[in-house]
Amino acid sequence: MNANSRVWHLVLILTIFSAPLLIMYVFQVIDSVAQRNPGSLWPGELDLSNWRFLWEKIDAGRPSIWVVTFNTFIFATTTALAVTTLSATAGYALSRLNMPGRPYFLGGLIILHAFPTITLIIAIFIILQFMGLFDSLLGIIFVKAALELPFGVWIMKGFYDTVPWEIEMAGVQDGASRARVWWSLVLPQVKPGLAALLIISFLSGWSEFILPLVLAPGSSTQVLATYMNAVIQDDATADFGLFKAIGMFYSIPVIVIYLLFQKQLMNIYGGGTKG
Amino acid sequence: MELKLTEFTKRFGAVTVIEDMNLTVKSGEMIALLGPSGCGKSTTLFAICGIHKMSGGTLHFGERNVTSVPAQQRSVGVVFQNYALYPHMTVEQNIGFPLKVQKLPKSAIKSEVARLANLVQIGELLDRRPAQLSGGQQQRVALARAMIRKPDVLLLDEPLANLDAKLRLEMRSEIRRIQRETGITAILVTHDQVEAMSMCDRIALMKEGKIVQLDKPEQMYANPRSQFVAGFLGNPPISFLPASAGERLDLGASQTLARPSTLDAKGDIVIGIRPEHFGPQHGTGLEGEVIFVEPQGREELIDVRLDNGGAIRAILPSGEQLTVGQRVNWGVAIDRILAFSADGIRL
Repeated sequence: MNANSRVWHLVLILTIFSAPLLIMYVFQVIDSVAQRNPGSLWPGELDLSNWRFLWEKIDAGRPSIWVVTFNTFIFATTTALAVTTLSATAGYALSRLNMPGRPYFLGGLIILHAFPTITLIIAIFIILQFMGLFDSLLGIIFVKAALELPFGVWIMKGFYDTVPWEIEMAGVQDGASRARVWWSLVLPQVKPGLAALLIISFLSGWSEFILPLVLAPGSSTQVLATYMNAVIQDDATADFGLFKAIGMFYSIPVIVIYLLFQKQLMNIYGGGTKG
Repeated sequence: MELKLTEFTKRFGAVTVIEDMNLTVKSGEMIALLGPSGCGKSTTLFAICGIHKMSGGTLHFGERNVTSVPAQQRSVGVVFQNYALYPHMTVEQNIGFPLKVQKLPKSAIKSEVARLANLVQIGELLDRRPAQLSGGQQQRVALARAMIRKPDVLLLDEPLANLDAKLRLEMRSEIRRIQRETGITAILVTHDQVEAMSMCDRIALMKEGKIVQLDKPEQMYANPRSQFVAGFLGNPPISFLPASAGERLDLGASQTLARPSTLDAKGDIVIGIRPEHFGPQHGTGLEGEVIFVEPQGREELIDVRLDNGGAIRAILPSGEQLTVGQRVNWGVAIDRILAFSADGIRL
C-alpha cells in the first residue's frame, strides 16, 4: 500500500472543502474571457471585450488603467524599499546594540504589529491633511511604510539573531569598522530575509485598499484596488465581466511573483522568525 | 612582540571576573591560558584582542600602550573556536578580507593570500566556500586569515575543541609549526591540559580569575605549587590521599610510607601520587584490592582500593593480567610524592 492510497480519505475531505475556492478561481478566469450566458452555469462564446480596459478608457471620467497600474507599482515598490531598508538597520540595532529600553521596544513592536490599523485612520487623516500630503501618493506611501515597519523590523531582528557573534568579532579583528562589518559581513548572511521582506511588503502594498481609499481618494492617485472598487460601485448596472477581467489583470503580478519567489518566501515563514 | 598585561581587572556590572592579573608573554613565545570553564581565560583573551574593554590595568604590545586602542587598530589575529569564517566568501576572499579592508591593491592581496595559503597548506582550496571544507581545513583558513595582517599577537580561542580526535592531534603540531615558522607571539586559550602541555612554551594555569601558576609544562607537572595545579595537570589524573606525617607517612589502617627526604612538615597533610609512581615496579608498601581495570591498548589503568579506604590509580604496561578483586601490594616512588597542606598549598 503506498502513501497515496492510505491518505485517500484525507485527500477527499480536502478536495471537498477546497472545491468552492477552486470553482471560484476557474470562473474568474473563464468569465473574464467569455460572453455572459444568463441563466446558465456554462459560459457563452469567447469574448475579449471585457479586456477592453487595456486599450481604451472604460468611460470618460476614469483615468487610464496604465496610469492606475503605474501608481500601484510606485506605491508598492517605494513602500517595499522603504520598509526593507529601515528594517535592515532597525533589526540590526535591536538584535545587536545594547541600547536603553530595548525590551520595551521589542514589546512595543509586537503590539504595533497586532494593532488594527483602521482605528488610526482618522488620526492619520488629520495628520496628512495638516502636512499637506492628503490625496497624494507620497502620503499613503509614508503611512503604509510606517504600518508595515513593525512586522519588517521584527522579522529582520529574527534573521540577525541567527548570525553568529563570532563573525562580527572576526570582522572587527580583521580591522573593519562596525559599519563595514555590518555591510560586508552581516548583511550578506541575512539576504534571504531581505529578499522575503521585500517581496512580502511589495505584495502587501500591491493589495492595499483601505489606505488609498480613505487617504488618497482623488482619481489621479487611484491604485488598482480603489479603481476596481470604483468600477463596481459607480455603474448603475454592474459589469461583472469587466470587473473580473480587471481582477485578473490585478492578480497576475501577484501570481507571477509567488511562482518566481516561492523559495524566498518560504524562508520567512520557515526558519527566519526565531525571535 | 612582547605582550605585557599589568594589573588587569575586568568587571561585568557588579561582578569582578578578574582582578589585578599580571602576565608577560615574551616575543615569539607561545603561552597557554589553561583552566576550567568560567576561570576567566576567555575574558582575558577578549580583553587582549579589544572586544572587551578593560575595567582596570594596562596592556602593552612591545612599547606601545594599547589599553584604550580600539580592536581594529590593535594588530591582533584571532582564531575563534568555531573559526567564524565568512560563509558567503570563498577561501581566498576570507583570507584576503583583512587586506581588502586596508584597501591594498588586488595584486598585492593575491600574492599575500597565496603566501599564507602555502604556509597553512590549503593552496588548492582557494575557490571553495567554507561550507565545502572539513573542520581541519576551516581551521587552516581561519589561521591564515588571522595571520595575513602580520599581527603583533596571535590569539587562539579553543582552536581544537571542534575537531575530532585524529585531526586534533594533527592540528596541534600544525599550529605549533606555523607559530614557530613565523615566530609570532601567541596565546592559546584551552581547558585541555594535553593541548596546553604539548603546544606551548609556558602555561598560565588560571582559577577563579587568577593565575595560580605560570611555568614551563614539565615544571608545572613535576613541581605544582598547589593541590589544584597538581590535580589539573596529568592524564590520568593524580590521586590524593590524606596522611599524617610523623616518623613515617601514616595513611591509616596501619598503612605507612617512608617520608620523602625533602618533606619537613608534621601532622595532617595530603599526599598526591601520580599513576606512574605507583605500581609493582616500585616494590611494595601499599596493600589493597583492584576495583577497576581499564585497558587502553599500550597501557592499562588500574584503580586500587587501599585497605584504609583510600583510592589510588596506577598506570601499567599492558599484559599484567590483573582482574577485578585481586589483592595487590605495590610500592610508591617515595621521592616523587607531592605533599600538600590541608588547605592545598604545596609543602
